[in-house]
Amino acid sequence: MTKSQLIETVTSRIQNVSKKDVELVVETIFGCMTDALAKDERIEIRGLGSFVAKTRDAREGRNPKTGEKVTVPRKRTPFFTVGKELKERVNVKRAARA
Amino acid sequence: MAMTKADIVEEVFKKLGFSKSQASEIVETVFETMKETLERGEKLKISGFGNFVPRDKKTRIGRNPKTGEAIEISARRVVTFKASPVLKARMNA
Repeated sequence: MTKSQLIETVTSRIQNVSKKDVELVVETIFGCMTDALAKDERIEIRGLGSFVAKTRDAREGRNPKTGEKVTVPRKRTPFFTVGKELKERVNVKRAARA
Repeated sequence: MAMTKADIVEEVFKKLGFSKSQASEIVETVFETMKETLERGEKLKISGFGNFVPRDKKTRIGRNPKTGEAIEISARRVVTFKASPVLKARMNA
């Protein structure tokens, strides 16, 4: 499912709301989440999971093509931890199929 | 302080002018739809943010780190997240 399919599905599930409105909300949701991570703020969405920005230290790497040494700069990456509800739901469906 | 769903609802209410209850309903439906998609084992791609990918893990033998005892870890489905280059760029700007 892509972002535009998500917008369409949500629009069809709520009465009296336009696709444009849902699109604005979806953009606001992920915009807020991006801003939080950019500010190094943790995000906790009950039921879905949490996101946290971690810093990876600068390290010596190698260009795999030339073997040349390069310094990979320090960088920040987001990590996602699945929430309890989603973790369980994803497995219940799976168990039912097996 | 961690950002929560309530903060997002507040932002939608302030920025877009929806009523509190409408903002809350739309935000909840967005997250619920995301969960249902992953529950079905379907990949979820949010361009500009990242991809959520359900992955099926086979049964494997693990160890209780405390006792060293070998135990079987049952087959399961897990959800992984891979950040979009756009999000990574914003975090490293």
